[in-house]
Amino acid sequence: MTRQMSGAKMIVQALIDQGVDTVFGYPGGAVLPIYDEVFQQNAIRHILVRHEQGAVHAAEGYARATGRPGVVIVTSGPGATNAVTGLTDALMDSIPIVVLTGQVPTFMIGSDAFQEADTVGITRPCTKHNWLVKETDALPGVLHEAFHVATSGRPGPVLVDIPKDVQFATGSYHAPKPSTSHYQPVLKGDMEEITELVAAIEKARRPVFYTGGGVINSGPAASQLLRELIEATGFPVTSTLMGLGSYPASGDKWLGMLGMHGLYQANMAMHDCDLMINIGARFDDRITGRVDAFSPKSVKAHIDIDPSSINKVIKADIPIVGDVAHVLEDILKVWKSRGRKTNSEALAKWWKQIEEWKAVDCLKFTQAGKTIKPQYALARLEALTKDHDRYICTEVGQHQMWAAQYLGFEDPNRWMTSGGLGTMGYGFPASIGVQMAHRDALVINVAGEASWLMNMQEMGTAVQYNLPVKQFILNNERLGMVRQWQELLHGERYSQSWSEALPDFVKLAEAFGAKGILCSDPDDLDDAIMEMINHDGPVIFDCLVEKHENCFPMIPSGKAHNEMLLGEASTKGVIKADGAVMV
Amino acid sequence: MSALKIKKGATSHSAYNLRPTFSDVVERHTLAVLVENEPGVLARVIGLFSGRGYNIDSLTVAEVDHTGHLSRITIVTSGTPQVIEQIKAQLGRIVTVHDVHDLTVEGASVERELAMFKVSGTGDKRVEALRLADIFRANVVDSTLESFIFEITGAPDKIDAFAELMRPLGLSDVARTGVAALSRGS
Repeated sequence: MTRQMSGAKMIVQALIDQGVDTVFGYPGGAVLPIYDEVFQQNAIRHILVRHEQGAVHAAEGYARATGRPGVVIVTSGPGATNAVTGLTDALMDSIPIVVLTGQVPTFMIGSDAFQEADTVGITRPCTKHNWLVKETDALPGVLHEAFHVATSGRPGPVLVDIPKDVQFATGSYHAPKPSTSHYQPVLKGDMEEITELVAAIEKARRPVFYTGGGVINSGPAASQLLRELIEATGFPVTSTLMGLGSYPASGDKWLGMLGMHGLYQANMAMHDCDLMINIGARFDDRITGRVDAFSPKSVKAHIDIDPSSINKVIKADIPIVGDVAHVLEDILKVWKSRGRKTNSEALAKWWKQIEEWKAVDCLKFTQAGKTIKPQYALARLEALTKDHDRYICTEVGQHQMWAAQYLGFEDPNRWMTSGGLGTMGYGFPASIGVQMAHRDALVINVAGEASWLMNMQEMGTAVQYNLPVKQFILNNERLGMVRQWQELLHGERYSQSWSEALPDFVKLAEAFGAKGILCSDPDDLDDAIMEMINHDGPVIFDCLVEKHENCFPMIPSGKAHNEMLLGEASTKGVIKADGAVMV
Repeated sequence: MSALKIKKGATSHSAYNLRPTFSDVVERHTLAVLVENEPGVLARVIGLFSGRGYNIDSLTVAEVDHTGHLSRITIVTSGTPQVIEQIKAQLGRIVTVHDVHDLTVEGASVERELAMFKVSGTGDKRVEALRLADIFRANVVDSTLESFIFEITGAPDKIDAFAELMRPLGLSDVARTGVAALSRGS
């Protein structure tokens, strides 16, 4: 059934019909008709951010914490260009978001009008797909298709650019119907390949599951099936930064995160395994290290919904294109029907080896003296918050890696971090998006002071909507990861990697009408963290930590998994010139 | 997804064409890409090639199905087998791409290109140009007292050969359409 209405009204109606309850945005000239419609309804809550980049990261946080697409409305020109970082971030991490941008009226496009930018041109490489809608009648179809594309197959950001005259004009609206576009990604994996993988599982002597963000993107059923498969086979499991939580950190098959700052046992298992089962991960360079020395002895199975991920970096011996949940279901079905076999004798030996690696205790640290070690701060944060209904965001840098190492994730959709793009300034707005989705949950953004300052204007948003997000800043007055690389690679010449003229974070919090807590003494830390948790409102927690702490373990650039650095003693001159070229 | 329609390769255990994927040999492939003819679709395809550092040796595009609004983009590209597979998979990811065919591996195909050559000269050179054009079955589509424009259709190497012959005879301008290609048989 179609109804006549203005383009602006269609936008709001389409969002309602798509089940959207929250949008993040910032008004401006080219979206005034949309904001007029937003004003005249109560079904959708609009969160006014303080910068368009914040809107997109907040939508990403919302999407990752709920599994539903995040929605953003921004104006033309600078509104759209400010959204570009968030769009690229969402593309790299496969996060479903729908961004609606205003555009100058169709008759002014191309005239360098005020706040005109070629938005679809600028965002073409950083969206999964985008549209410029030039007729109001085309609007409902495009909007519904935008949600279909954002959430189907490998999820990602989409953008719909809507000129102002299209918003004003009247056209006929129709409700969403099952998509008839040709874009219908395949969900079921090839049974021949799946059977081959099951045969490999049955005889594997040193298997490892290597899971990624694809498990989380596939939905809660995928994590459930993964857990079932792991418990049934008894195989060890590691995960990328993006996949944390799909298997519980408290599970006994858990090796911890892998990769550049991954755990010793995880990387060693990856290097020495004879069967690697990649589920929804993409052999990112942070994971593989030196490609030609990557897991040299293993048969590699790769499950991915995106055919272009397969054989992109690492040759897959058993490639399976499909949705993780669908494929895992079929693997379990076939494996069970063939008698639930594994090579238990070899597996016992493999676990014995893994236990030896675990005994290295690669995350050990000593908290001594009066300066808080960042690892200690996170270990205490973990101890004091793990029993809460907890969501963790991070910024990018050392604190992010320490958070991944020292915090345990029991469930999917609880961990929001910028993995692929590595966007400093991601975590704070993301935490706002998460808190909007889960109003009563404990939402903590583990941050470094430098990253946090990149989007600190969102304090206004947090205070305006009384979102009790906890900004847990590990303040080393340094760009810690940059400083670490300068120490290891550039002769300890710390070029521009310190934070000069930092604000007093407590006063800053107070200036915004929030609570600030300063902690510099390890003995005060527990009380201070409890004070943060118990405060009903946004908190900036300024945790002064050791300034020159390095993040270990570390696989240096250009090295293989079994060439990990475990601590300070092993770092001198380890990165050669060819490794230094890589980031 | 169109990338899944790539024919099964020699390796029996793969759903994909897994010819020696990680070899260093650079191959030349002709791809036929069927796309929805919407604004920006060519920019998407070209942006993919430039953004990911792939080569375009030639590119031809026109709408081939006016009712279905489908355009056919014929791309001649070169790369190692791994890169070629990536190109096909990446093309298949584009939401408005309906189909990707690798004419180089999907059986025999016919490749044709149209070119126009302006050859200026007088006397013997002019006569020789006309004689060679006849041998190559090129048509004269325009003539002045000092110049010809030849039109020639054929496989790209035939056009290259004709261009080489015309160069000493006063070749002053060349326009080429790029390759159009179709697979043979039904």
